[in-house]
Amino acid sequence: MSEQVDTGRRQFLTVATVATGVVGAAFAAVPFLASWKPSARAKALGAPVEVDISKIEPGAMIKVEWRGKAIFVVHRTPQMLTQLEGMAPQLRDPDSEDSEQPDFARNPARALKPEYLVLVGVCTHLGCAPLDRFTPGDVTVAADWPGGFFCPCHGSKFDLSGRVFKDVPAPTNLSVPPYRFLSDSRLLIGAEAGNA
Amino acid sequence: MMESSVGTVRRSGGRLAALGAWIDDRFPMTKMWKEHVSEYYAPKNFNFWYYFGSLALLVLVIQIVTGIFLTMNYKPSAADAFSSVEYIMRDVEWGWLIRYLHSTGASAFFIVVYLHMFRALLYGSYQKPRELLWIFGFLIYLCLMAEAFFGYLLPWGNMSYWGAQVIVSLFGAIPWIGNSLVEWIRGDYYISDVTLNRFFALHVVALPLALIFLVVAHILALHEVGSNNPDGVEIKKVKGPDGLPLDGIPFHPYYTVKDTVAAGVFLIVFCLIVFFAPELGGYFLEHANFEPADALRTPEHIAPVWYFTPFYAILRAVPNKLAGVALMGAAVVLLAFVPWLDRGKVRSIRYRGPIFKVFLISFAISFVALGWLGLQPATPGYTNAARVFGFVYFAFFLLMPWYTRIDRTRQPPERVTYRAH
Amino acid sequence: MRTELLALVAALAVTSAQAAGGGGHVEHANNDVSNQASLQRGARNFVNYCLGCHSAKYVRYNRLAADIGITEQQLIDNLMFTGERPHDTIVNAISVDDANRAFGVVPPDLSLVARSRGPDYIYSFLRSFYADPAKATGANNLVLPGTAMPHVLWELQGIQNAVWEGQVDAQGNASKHFKEFELVSPGWMDAHEFDSFVRDTVNFLDYAAEPVQLKRKSLGYRVIAFLVFFTLLAWALKREFWKDVK
Repeated sequence: MSEQVDTGRRQFLTVATVATGVVGAAFAAVPFLASWKPSARAKALGAPVEVDISKIEPGAMIKVEWRGKAIFVVHRTPQMLTQLEGMAPQLRDPDSEDSEQPDFARNPARALKPEYLVLVGVCTHLGCAPLDRFTPGDVTVAADWPGGFFCPCHGSKFDLSGRVFKDVPAPTNLSVPPYRFLSDSRLLIGAEAGNA
Repeated sequence: MMESSVGTVRRSGGRLAALGAWIDDRFPMTKMWKEHVSEYYAPKNFNFWYYFGSLALLVLVIQIVTGIFLTMNYKPSAADAFSSVEYIMRDVEWGWLIRYLHSTGASAFFIVVYLHMFRALLYGSYQKPRELLWIFGFLIYLCLMAEAFFGYLLPWGNMSYWGAQVIVSLFGAIPWIGNSLVEWIRGDYYISDVTLNRFFALHVVALPLALIFLVVAHILALHEVGSNNPDGVEIKKVKGPDGLPLDGIPFHPYYTVKDTVAAGVFLIVFCLIVFFAPELGGYFLEHANFEPADALRTPEHIAPVWYFTPFYAILRAVPNKLAGVALMGAAVVLLAFVPWLDRGKVRSIRYRGPIFKVFLISFAISFVALGWLGLQPATPGYTNAARVFGFVYFAFFLLMPWYTRIDRTRQPPERVTYRAH
Repeated sequence: MRTELLALVAALAVTSAQAAGGGGHVEHANNDVSNQASLQRGARNFVNYCLGCHSAKYVRYNRLAADIGITEQQLIDNLMFTGERPHDTIVNAISVDDANRAFGVVPPDLSLVARSRGPDYIYSFLRSFYADPAKATGANNLVLPGTAMPHVLWELQGIQNAVWEGQVDAQGNASKHFKEFELVSPGWMDAHEFDSFVRDTVNFLDYAAEPVQLKRKSLGYRVIAFLVFFTLLAWALKREFWKDVK
């Protein structure tokens, strides 16, 4: 071996080459990791869904699918809306401060237009599909049932705005997805209000 | 340079060294590192031809990593395969890059492997005691050809379909069992969704496992006897007072550092193709394969991918189908016998006589010429040329016991020839 | 000993000529996929003249808009007529049965035609229709003789006849080969305008076959630059260590 080994130069070159190699490897990793992001097709399939709400009878609910989830659209009657008042003592989060929703839903009606309630039909406990039990006094749900949603899996109860009752397993109100009105009869679910 | 060896660092050296010691008590980590890397003494006179082994390993890693990511989005059914490839090319983020890396890697694998094999012919690296090393290499080559063949059906393009159709039907030439064998390979009466799915399983799981196992065996066999070198001299014959070969240098850091440069140069050429010419004129990605498989319409001329065409040319040159299949097979299998066909007294071409040199150069020219001919339509002129070159190809092997024995060789030196650089 | 390497390189350098259909002159399209204005015109041409029969089912409208430099509103106004959404792919409504009855064959999807046949082939094909009363569509094509495709662009190009030259060879066999086209009924565009129209359309198809082609080249320069830097550094490192080896 040589007598005059410039260890300083060797160390510098080694560090420089290894560092550059690591940077290169990091750059090379980016495409592979990024390929896991939702593809253009996934984004297309997850695109906002148009719903015709003109045929929903007052007091009735329809279900549509958006991004693999059930979306409930309820045509609320004036009586259902009056039911919402005074519910606060029974609810865990009456002002919807904790729930997953657009800003416009921070009110008892939790909707852009009070007559149409749009909710993600997934119980916030463990993900079952809640049942619509809108009739007040329905004893199959509870004594003094005011009307709302009932989850059969573990008994969680939500009011006619999807707000969760106290003392049930579900921790938060049913989520409200982003949506907006295209016209009086058409809803676009999955799109931010005010976006193109 | 090399600082202290790990063995003495038990008490000094901190937590990392302590972790190393904990592992070494339970697993031969440092032992393996020393035996195969930092204290594996390789001849110091490796030249250009010696880069291709580590490059082949690099390409294997590229193919496995890109292959895994392709499998995440590819659909192995006749209905969806072609569309899923376009999905990868257009809708999956960076899918196009992963695809091109894999398609270029397939061709790069064969370029590197053919040059790697040629090195062995140049320097007699298959001679005793390296016969088994050569056999493992031969088996790797067979598995690689199968892997490429199965992989090529997966895009389900028109060339994929018809290429598979032609090659699988060759097995029908085997007497008595031929037709049943073809049906058994296909799993159906024609190249179908069934065939595609099973080729997918072989390409993604079975053959990669076999290749990895064989590559490990190949490297272990090499390390057991030590590397050959361009002079064909056995470096273990001349050792210094420390018991280490005088003409040897530890693989790490000298060859790790040198092979890194080679990897850089290789990746530059590789990326030039991937980013600027991924189809490479239709040789790496064939034009006809951008049309979906159509059982009713054959491409204008079916040719296998370039790396199979030397053997394809031999197949077509023979007028009889069974004889053609047999000779094509023999052209591959003869490679396995080279350690026993070669009766030469020296290893390296540097000390061989003129006859060997003529035969080897003629063999190389014939291989390339056959490769080119296999890509052309089979005109009478080209077929005759293929016969001539095919004859030279077989002569290289079949006459080897004779010309290697009578050749006028020179005495190889005791020590390697090396110029500092 | 570099023979094999050199010969291999030489073999690879032989460009595989695109096999041009049944014969006929194949001219160069000289299209430029970086020319966004041309791509925009080509996209419009495709939607107006081709989409009725030919889908481009692997191309997504919204990505097309982004790549050719138009807004989503321009996309909807100019390129989308039948209620698709921007995230949809370019499919059409022609039924397989109707197509088979009308043409005897289903018009192929054109997403990848520029990669399987090449821009030059398509450019020549679209300009090589000529009047042929013997065909059901009244037209034949020099580049793809016997094509089932009608002369869709006849209003733009006009109608031309093929002029054949007869030849008798040494054995007394008569044969004819193509000499030139002769315009008998002009269309809305002159030859130069029509060539530009076809070039734009071919340009769009070239882009559609591989939308990422522009980005991959610009990325390629940066990747190569990095690799060159790394390789030079590695080479310096190698030289430093190999000073030890005498």
